[in-house]
Amino acid sequence: MWQAMYEELGSQGFVPITVALDKDPEDARPYIERASPTHPSLIDTQHVVAELYHVTNVPTMIWIDEQGRIVRPHDSQFGTDTFTAFHGKHSAPYLDALRAWVREGKGVLDPATVRSHQIQPTPETQLARVHRALAWWLHQQGRADAAERHFLRAGELAPKDWTIRRGSMPIRGINPMGPEFFELAKEGVPLYPMEALPVEGGTSRKTS
Amino acid sequence: MARSKLFTLIDGERATSLRASIDGDAVRVAPDVLRDATGWELKPEGLCQGDLCVPVRDPASLADAEGVDLAAFARALDRPLALDVAERAAALGTSAAERSARLATLEAPDFSLPDLHGRMHTLSAHRGKKALLIVYASW
Repeated sequence: MWQAMYEELGSQGFVPITVALDKDPEDARPYIERASPTHPSLIDTQHVVAELYHVTNVPTMIWIDEQGRIVRPHDSQFGTDTFTAFHGKHSAPYLDALRAWVREGKGVLDPATVRSHQIQPTPETQLARVHRALAWWLHQQGRADAAERHFLRAGELAPKDWTIRRGSMPIRGINPMGPEFFELAKEGVPLYPMEALPVEGGTSRKTS
Repeated sequence: MARSKLFTLIDGERATSLRASIDGDAVRVAPDVLRDATGWELKPEGLCQGDLCVPVRDPASLADAEGVDLAAFARALDRPLALDVAERAAALGTSAAERSARLATLEAPDFSLPDLHGRMHTLSAHRGKKALLIVYASW
């Protein structure tokens, strides 16, 4: 999907940068190879981007302008309709909004609005991230029991952070699409508090 | 009785193996070792990283002859610390206040990450373009 958008809008100064929060590049490989991207398609096993941007679930979309400024913050949006039945979001309005931003500069939010839509980290969520970092290191050392303790502690400290709670499932040997995931989802899916898209009637364009 | 042990300190993306003095739940690290692992140095004016210094309210509780106490060090800098004495490892993070302040600038934090082929890419190399950052996962 993002490759198609890159081919459509790349000549107009647009670049998609995908970051996979996976434990192993091999987990992301099927997705990346299917897309054959020519744009940056990156792997973040250490959750560098999750920490720097305070990402709490996937997918997370962030608009960054030509000066490196965030002009539309974290939004739970999708590039395809694969899981629309689950989350109820369609990709077409978002992709149209993206086109309007690249071509006409539309959809940019003023700084105060961007800030008001950011989720703020707390001492607990930041402590959760270091427990997750320690757990990940322990896991890589083959110390699974100790890793498990810190993954669980991280999840207790940041119950609404699925990069920690769901993202650690594959590391802990738990199926992230299995019963534990559906138990987790009962607590509510963490979505970002973004406002509606700025597009006026822009849902007609078919994308694939 | 404190014993000197190999200990791993994870600071952001970097894990350093160092010698620490472990006594119960307290982990102490020699000041020069801590400086090499974290960039922070204990000076008369407080804890300093380059020209930046943070005053320390109670220097006596921060360091003694065995070294700098890791938990007190994290508290003095208001940084989160996950400490596992039994596993002889700890991870230091960024405080909520600092992370919030950086996010509030609206400057996109820069990062470098590898692609599938191990080639590194840096966000700021795309200045001058409109970039869509897409964070996703296989899970």
